[in-house]
Amino acid sequence: MTTYTDYTTGEPATDTKAPSGPVAERWDKRRFEAKLVNPANRRKHTVIVVGTGLAGGSAGATLAEQGYHVVQFCYQDSPRRAHSIAAQGGINAAKNYRNDGDSVHRLFYDTVKGGDFRARESNVHRLAQISVEIIDQCVAQGVPFAREYGGLLDTRSFGGVQVSRTFYARGQTGQQLLLGAYQALSRQIAAGNVEMHPRTEMLDLIVIDGRARGIVARDLITGRIDTYFADAVVLASGGYGNVFYLSTNAMNSNATAVWRAHRRGAHFANPCFTQIHPTCIPRTGDHQSKLTLMSESLRNDGRIWVPKAKGDQRPAHQIPEDERDYYLERIYPSFGNLVPRDIASRAAKNVCDEGRGVGPGGQGVYLDFADAIKRMGRKAVEAKYGNLFDMYQRITDEDPYEVPMRIYPAVHYTMGGLWVDYDLQTTVPGLFAIGEANFSDHGANRLGASALMQGLADGYFVLPATINDYLARNPHQGEVTDEHPVVQEVLAETQGRLNLLLSVDGDRTPDSFHREVGELMWEFCGMARTDSGLRKALERIPQIREEFWRRIKVPGTGEELNQSLEKANRIVDYLELAELICLDALHRAESCGGHFREESQTPDGEAARRDEEFTYAAAWEFTGTGTAPVLHKEDLVFEYVHPTQRSYA
Amino acid sequence: MKLTLRVWRQKNADAEGAMSTYEVDGISSDMSFLEMLDTLNEELILEGEDPVAFDHDCREGICGACSLVINGDAHGPERTTTCQLHMRSFADGDTIDIEPWRASAFPVIKDLVVDRSALDRIIQAGGYITAPTGAAPEAHAAPVPKPDADFAFEHAECIGCGACVAACPNGAAMLFTSAKVNHLNVLPQGAPERETRVLDMVAQMDEEGFGGCTLTGECATACPKGIPLVSITGMNREWLRAVRKGKR
Amino acid sequence: MARTVWDSTVGKKTVMAVSGIVMLLYLVAHVIGNLKIFFGAAEFNHYGHWLRTVGEPFMHYEWTLWLVRIVLVVAVVAHAVSAYQLSRRDIKARPSTYVHKKPRASYATRTMRWGGIILGLFIVWHVLDLTTGTVHSGGFQEGHPYQNVVDTFSTWYGNVIYIAAMLALGLHIRHGFWSAAQTLGVGSRTRDRALKTVANVLALLLTAGFIAVPVGVMTGVVS
Repeated sequence: MTTYTDYTTGEPATDTKAPSGPVAERWDKRRFEAKLVNPANRRKHTVIVVGTGLAGGSAGATLAEQGYHVVQFCYQDSPRRAHSIAAQGGINAAKNYRNDGDSVHRLFYDTVKGGDFRARESNVHRLAQISVEIIDQCVAQGVPFAREYGGLLDTRSFGGVQVSRTFYARGQTGQQLLLGAYQALSRQIAAGNVEMHPRTEMLDLIVIDGRARGIVARDLITGRIDTYFADAVVLASGGYGNVFYLSTNAMNSNATAVWRAHRRGAHFANPCFTQIHPTCIPRTGDHQSKLTLMSESLRNDGRIWVPKAKGDQRPAHQIPEDERDYYLERIYPSFGNLVPRDIASRAAKNVCDEGRGVGPGGQGVYLDFADAIKRMGRKAVEAKYGNLFDMYQRITDEDPYEVPMRIYPAVHYTMGGLWVDYDLQTTVPGLFAIGEANFSDHGANRLGASALMQGLADGYFVLPATINDYLARNPHQGEVTDEHPVVQEVLAETQGRLNLLLSVDGDRTPDSFHREVGELMWEFCGMARTDSGLRKALERIPQIREEFWRRIKVPGTGEELNQSLEKANRIVDYLELAELICLDALHRAESCGGHFREESQTPDGEAARRDEEFTYAAAWEFTGTGTAPVLHKEDLVFEYVHPTQRSYA
Repeated sequence: MKLTLRVWRQKNADAEGAMSTYEVDGISSDMSFLEMLDTLNEELILEGEDPVAFDHDCREGICGACSLVINGDAHGPERTTTCQLHMRSFADGDTIDIEPWRASAFPVIKDLVVDRSALDRIIQAGGYITAPTGAAPEAHAAPVPKPDADFAFEHAECIGCGACVAACPNGAAMLFTSAKVNHLNVLPQGAPERETRVLDMVAQMDEEGFGGCTLTGECATACPKGIPLVSITGMNREWLRAVRKGKR
Repeated sequence: MARTVWDSTVGKKTVMAVSGIVMLLYLVAHVIGNLKIFFGAAEFNHYGHWLRTVGEPFMHYEWTLWLVRIVLVVAVVAHAVSAYQLSRRDIKARPSTYVHKKPRASYATRTMRWGGIILGLFIVWHVLDLTTGTVHSGGFQEGHPYQNVVDTFSTWYGNVIYIAAMLALGLHIRHGFWSAAQTLGVGSRTRDRALKTVANVLALLLTAGFIAVPVGVMTGVVS
C-alpha cells in the first residue's frame, strides 16, 4: 500500500507564457503578444471573481471598467471587510522620491533576495515595474497616504531593505488601499457592471471540458446553494494561514476556494512556504482565538532585546543596560532590527528556546521604545505609532510608553498558493489566481509591505491585461446550465458534504478540531521543521480527519445562517491542506526563507539553502484525499540576481 | 469570572425575537468579549443548542464586522470595537445585556447579525473618486497640503461598522456618510465630483430609510474610530454648497 | 433646487435652521420692545402704536407689521412642518428601542420635540391673549398693550403658562441655535466653544428678558 509520503514526480511544470529576452522588457513584450478582446465584445464575457480584498477588489473594478460583466463574491457582509483591511505598515514602490538610490531594479533585487531565491525573476521584475503605477493609481483614487509638510508623499523604511520606499497611511495602509479598491468596485456595482454577492461563499469549482466555467456557492443567509457560470474564474480568496488555527488572519479567512480548485485540477505550489511574522502580541491563554499583529514598521524605531541571563524574572526596567541582549543588533549589525521577517522570527524563537524569553511562559521578547522616546520625544513617537500603541495597550492592558512591548512570532502570510503561469493562470485553463491565493512573487519569504503591492499589481494591472488573452483565444464557449451532468455532480457532491457534516451529530465542536490540527501544525510545521516531526504530523493528520468525520457536531440545518456549518466545512479542507503543507515541507529538505529545516543550517544556525537540489517551485497535483500527490517541479532560473547565501549581517 | 448574559435571540428575519439568559463560568479577564461569546457557543453546541450568531472577522478592530450593543452601548463601555473590548472591563458576577444594532435600515438577519448593506449602497451612490485604472497622473503631480491630507485620513478611518446608526436615537447614518464625504471632498482628486458626491450620497442615505440628524452626538460618542460630530457639520456645509451651486 | 431641499433630511434641517434664526431675530427685537414696559405705559403704548406705523409714508398703516407677521407665520409653519416630518421619519427609522435602556443626550436635546410642541401651543395662546384678545382675562383693549399685559400677568395661570413657556424657549434656543449653526455648516472644531457660549448667552438673555415682564407685574414694579 502506498502512503501519502510516497509521492511521485511527474512532468516538470513549465510556464509557457513566460516571455524571454531582457528582464526589463518582458512585461511589455507579453502585453504586446497577448491578444485583445474588442471592447464591444467584452460585455458578452462574464468573469467570476471570488474575494474582494486588494487583489479581488481591484481586479473586479478594473475588469468592469474594461467592459466585462463581472460577478463577484465575498463571504463578508460587505466587500469592504476583506482581510487586506488589516494590513498596517505600508506598500512598497520604487519611486525613489527620497533620492536614496532606489530603482525598479533594486526593488526587484531586494524582493528576489528577500524571497531567498525561490521566486521567478520575470514575475518579480514585473511587480517592481508596476509598483510605481500603483502609487499613482491609489493617489488618484483619494487614498490618504501620509504626506510631508510640502504636500508630497512621505515614505519610511521596512524590514529587509536599506532604502525608504514604503508608502503608508499611519498604521492603516491596508485599510486605506482596500477602501480605494472597494470604492472603485462600488462605482462599478452602481453602474451595473459588477453583480456583487456578499455573504456568499464559494464551495466548489465547475470545470467543463477542461476549462473553469463557474462555481458553486452558498448563500450564507438562506443556505441556498447556487451555481454561477462564466467564461473565466478568478480566485482572489487570500491565503491559508488559518490552517494553523492561531494566526493573524481574519477568523473566517479560509482555504476552501483554493483547495476546492486544487481538487479540481489546479496545482498547488510551495504550500510549506508560510511566513511567521516576528512582531505579534503574544498569546495570553487557551481561550485565544486569534493573534494580533503589530506592524513591522515598529522595528524602525523600536529595539528588540531579551535579558542576557536565562530565566531572568526581573521586570524590564530593573534590568540594567549591560545585562540586556539586543540580539538582532548583535548578530546582524548592518540590518540590525530591520532584518527580514523570517530571520527576526527565528532569532526570537532561538532566544526563547534558550530560556531567555520574557512574559508568561517565556514566549516573548521585548520591543523597546525607550530610546526612541528619548531621541524623538513622546509626541513624535505618538504621531508615528500612536494607533499601534493604543491597540497594544487595549489588548494587553500595559502601557507601551512606560514598559517595553512584548512580541512573539505568529503565522501571518502564506507565500505558497495555487501555481500560476506568467499570466496568473492556474493549470486549469480559464482559472486564474491573484494576490495571496497564488504562489508567484515572494518565493520562500515575503518582504514587508510587499503583499499590498502584489495584490494591487495583480488586480489593477496584471490580470486585466492577461485575462484578455485567454478570453480572446476562447471567445465562444458553449452555454452551461444546471442540467449539465458535471454541474449536477458538483452540486450533489457539495450538498452531500454539507448534509454529512450536519448528520454526524458527534460530540466535538468544529473549533476543537480546528484547534487540534492548528496546534499540530504549529508544533511540527511552524518556525522550525524536522524530518521526524513532519512525519509525525503526517501520521496524525489522517487520524484527526477520521475522527472528525466520526465525532463532529454541527447544530442546526443547512437552510439558514449557520456559522458552525460554515466553520466545519472549512475545516474539512484544512484537514487535507495541512497534509500537503507537511508533505511539501518534508520533501524540501533544505532551509529557505520561512521554511527552516533544522537538518539544513549553517554552523552559526542560519538557514542553509541547497540550490543544487531545490532551485525549483514545487507544484503538487491532487490525486485524492489522503493519497500521494504528484510533484511537478518548475525549475527556477536566475539570470540577474545570482543566488548567494543571504546575508544581513 | 462568572457572568450572566442576556442575549437577543431571533431565529431569522421574520421570526419574533426575545432576550434569553445564559450563565458562563471560567471567563478570564484577558479574554476579548467575542472570545467570551465563543466560550458560550462551544457550550451551546455541545448541549445541542443553536449557538449565538454574531458578525465578526478580523478581531483586530479594523474590518468593522463586529456589531454588538452591550449594556445599551454600541460596542460596549469602551471606545473601541466589540472585538477589541476585553473582559477586564467587566466584573465577576455582572449581568451583561447583548443586543443587535437597531435601526429599520439594519434589519436583523439572525440573533445579533444585521444587514448593513444600506451603508454599501450609500458608498455606491457617490463615495468614490472616478479614477479608472491606468489613467492616473504621477502621484506627485498634485501636492496635498499636510493638514488636508490629515483631515482626509481622519475621516477615511471610518470602518463602516454602523455603530453610529445603532447609537443614534433617530437611526441616522449622517456620521458614516459625512466621514466619506469629508474624506474625498477635501482632496484635490475629489474636487471634480465634489458636489454630485454629497448630493447623491445624502439622497441615497434618505432613500435607505435612515433618520435625520438632531445632533445628539450619540454617534460620535459610539464611534470606535473617533470620527467627530463636527464631521456632520462639514457635510452639511458641502451639501449646501452643492445646492447653492445649482448642481441639482 | 427647492425640491432637493424639501425632499432631503439635510434640506429640511436647513429649513428648520433658517426659519429658527428668523424667529430668533424676531425674538431679539421682541424682547427689546417688551423691556420698554418698565418705562411706563405711555412709552410702551407709544411703541405699540409705532409698530403699526413703521415705514410710513412709504408703507401704509400696518403694512410693515403684516409683512412681519406673514414672514413669521411662514417661519413658524415651515419650522413646525419640517420638525413634524423629520420627527416622524426619525421615529420610523428606529422603531424598536434597546431592552437595556440608558439615559441619553443632554436635557435640551431630548426636550427639543416636547419643547417645540409647548412653544407652538404657547404661540397660539399668546396671540389669542394679547393680539386678538380672544382669550384675554380682563377686558381686552385694542391699542392699550400696557394694560393688557398687566391684566394677563395678574392671573396665576397667565404667569405659569408664560414662565413655563419661556423656560422651554431657553432650552430650545440653547440647543437650537448651536444645532442650526451645525446644519448651516458654520460650526467647526475651533468655533464650537464660541458657538455654544453664544447659544447659552442668547438663551439666558432672552429667557431672562421675557420673564422680567411677568416678574415685574407680580412684584408690582409694573402695574
